[in-house]
Amino acid sequence: MRNPPSAAAASTTTVDIQQVSVVYPAAEHTVTALDKVSLTIHEGEFVSLIGPSGCGKTTLLRVIADLEQVTSGNVRVNGLTPQEARLARSYGYVFQAPALFPWRTVLANVCLPLEIHGIEKDAARRTALQHLERVGLKGFEGKYPWQLSGGMQQRVSIARALGFEPKLLMMDEPFGALDEITRDRLNEQLLRLWERERRTVVFVTHSIPEAVFLSSRIVVMSPRPGRIVDVIESDLPADRTLDIRDTAQFTDIAHRVRVALREGHGEH
Amino acid sequence: MSGGGLAALLTALLALAVFSVRALAAVDERNPIGRFGTPLLFGAWVLVFWQALTQAFEVPQVLLPAPSLIGRALVASFGVLMSDFNQTVLHSVLIGLVVGCALGFATGVLIDRSPFLQRGFLPIAALASTVPLIGIAPIMVMWFGFDWHSKAAVVVVMTFFPMLVNTLAGLAESGHMERDLMRSYGAGYWRTLLALRIPVALPFVFNALKVNSTLAMIGAIVAEFFGSPTSGLGFRISTEAARLNMGLVWAAILVAALAGSLLYGLLGWIERRATFWHPSIRTSA
Amino acid sequence: MASTEAVAPRAPIAPGAASSIDAAWARIGPVLAVLAILIALWYAAAVGLNAAQVIERTLSSQPGWGFADLVKLTLSMDRPVLPAPHQIALDLFDSVFGWPLDSPRNLLFHAAVTSSATLLGFVMGTALGALLAVAIVHSRTLERSLFPWVIASQTVPVLAIAPIVIVILGSLGLTGVFPKAIISMYLCFFPVAVALVKGLRSPGVLELELLRTYAASKKHTFWKVRVPASLPFLFPSLRVGIAAGLVGAIVGELPTGAQAGLGARLLTGSYYGNTVQIWSALVMSALLGLALTGCVALAERLLTPGGKR
Repeated sequence: MRNPPSAAAASTTTVDIQQVSVVYPAAEHTVTALDKVSLTIHEGEFVSLIGPSGCGKTTLLRVIADLEQVTSGNVRVNGLTPQEARLARSYGYVFQAPALFPWRTVLANVCLPLEIHGIEKDAARRTALQHLERVGLKGFEGKYPWQLSGGMQQRVSIARALGFEPKLLMMDEPFGALDEITRDRLNEQLLRLWERERRTVVFVTHSIPEAVFLSSRIVVMSPRPGRIVDVIESDLPADRTLDIRDTAQFTDIAHRVRVALREGHGEH
Repeated sequence: MSGGGLAALLTALLALAVFSVRALAAVDERNPIGRFGTPLLFGAWVLVFWQALTQAFEVPQVLLPAPSLIGRALVASFGVLMSDFNQTVLHSVLIGLVVGCALGFATGVLIDRSPFLQRGFLPIAALASTVPLIGIAPIMVMWFGFDWHSKAAVVVVMTFFPMLVNTLAGLAESGHMERDLMRSYGAGYWRTLLALRIPVALPFVFNALKVNSTLAMIGAIVAEFFGSPTSGLGFRISTEAARLNMGLVWAAILVAALAGSLLYGLLGWIERRATFWHPSIRTSA
Repeated sequence: MASTEAVAPRAPIAPGAASSIDAAWARIGPVLAVLAILIALWYAAAVGLNAAQVIERTLSSQPGWGFADLVKLTLSMDRPVLPAPHQIALDLFDSVFGWPLDSPRNLLFHAAVTSSATLLGFVMGTALGALLAVAIVHSRTLERSLFPWVIASQTVPVLAIAPIVIVILGSLGLTGVFPKAIISMYLCFFPVAVALVKGLRSPGVLELELLRTYAASKKHTFWKVRVPASLPFLFPSLRVGIAAGLVGAIVGELPTGAQAGLGARLLTGSYYGNTVQIWSALVMSALLGLALTGCVALAERLLTPGGKR
């Protein structure tokens, strides 16, 4: 395990994506999942990637996480290559499904990354219990994943991603499979968590209200080939609640996102 | 008892049997009395009729001995049967089963890293199940002698392939997402194997273990038909059958049957505890 | 089948196979490679295991022998501990082509004897298993009282009964093919019965309610819905059944010192210490097993509508 270079050297740029392309050579024609995409994500930002299926938003996230390889271009996470960042355990990743291990209790699941990291058992347990409390699941440590609802399972998955306090959190449509009411609640909880801790979050979603509600910056992407159409800064006030979705400011930003999406879609 | 009286009694018993079993079968399935009582009552009636008919018609012992005769033989030769049990089940079966399954599992884990070797081995392993592997028994006797070692060797060969196939299938079962998760933690091959892929493979491994327990019993007993020292359930069955000592033969078969079911039941019990988390075990509990 | 990807990241999709020849080679290549390795290991093992005897009997009286002599002698012994593959192949070839088909020196004769018992038992066992399955599916009483015993009996080493069957039927004057067929029948019967019960019961509530809206009789429901639904369950069990039946027929030839059949051949080989004969009989049994299972698989292909499997 290597020590990452000092944070000062990377200044406040957490993720630097330069001219990244990801091309799959298929039988009939190649599939360009990402076409020379460039993006810079600064420390403490909440960036959403939004777009229709095939626009490359998940691919981009996975490239940053070193779960996929780039065909050309450069990605740096805190100054490290994605592989170095992964081995240095610099980020937490939340998948579309909870991906919890059913043979482990909730507590044991949250401890998993800490175990792999080599953290001593008692310290790991204490940390895990803290994380569970942060996502509002105190008292459920001894339960097994199948005994919890979908929303609770996803919350465990988030607690697990917070495992070794990574500065960078990557989330791939984490609330997509949940019903709207649960989704709203979790959106609010996630926002509160982010405001408290100011981690950098890269968040992939299908949902415009979700993207606008949560993000400080919204990156709109479009497919064939996968590329960035627009980047929209959001100036919504901090400490916002779900009620902000009824304000003119919110609708305005949502409208801009919608326009950008239609543009990207209509181009082919 | 006169012919007419006998016929009347048997008819009455038959009516009672049918009536009682049907009544019990109609009881709600979730009620344990209904679930277990029905087959048990059925079995009890079978015994009753077996005893009645063999006695009444004086069926020759060679053809079908009465349950009471089998019971007496069981009690009379208990010591002999227990030493047979020790030889066959505790040595040939158990040792062969453990070694065969361990080898199959280890081989599965080893060739898991090489898709090439998997593509090469799997068709061969699949074909092995269509081949009467029990035929290697005489060769094993030639190599390992007449004692339980040769029988255990037969069991090893028979149990190796099902365990290999199931281990490979189980290791492939873990989902992409979970494997990406481990990758995102920087976990290496062995760590991922221990923390994720082996637990996921366990239901498959137990499936193979249960199938193998039956194969092991058959393999050990039949291997003894090919030549054995002076003890063993298979030996007992074949030699006593040749002497037309049917009571003892059936008693030995009963011991083998009980051993087989107990072994299977034990493995099922362990399975339920080790794979408590699997949907199939959860819903049946 | 997925590969082990904890170390390498998921690479972009590999280029698809350019032609079907490539695809076929990709499937057969590894098998041939593994077989080649296994045969090479066999030769090495043959030299190793036979070495002691060869050295003791022949070479010790020949000063100055080298490794080449050792190899040559160990691979051509009369009664080796482990015969070399080519010895077995030669013996098999001689037996099959060197003798008339009705001669006991021809392994095909023995194979025919064993397979006749197997096939007879297979047919009887399948029929019986099917009848029982139909009865169980239509009678709640039988399902609750008898079926648990059928399932439980799968954990019992059924083959242990083989000697009894031979003796009982022998005392009734029935010898030859029939007792062996009975044993085969017994072994085929269980997997077929269990699989068919599962298959006949597999149609879901939706399909069955659909037929009720057509006011279909029980017979109609049976033939139009249950039977087709049971086929995917039936065929794998037929393959298992015939393989089990073969084992039953072979084992049935052991107890009474039968003279014909592959099991008998194995037994006589072991009595006389004729290892090459044992191995040839074993290889022939394996080939027979493959052939029989292959026939069932072929039947499955032909009988499954639309080639759906």
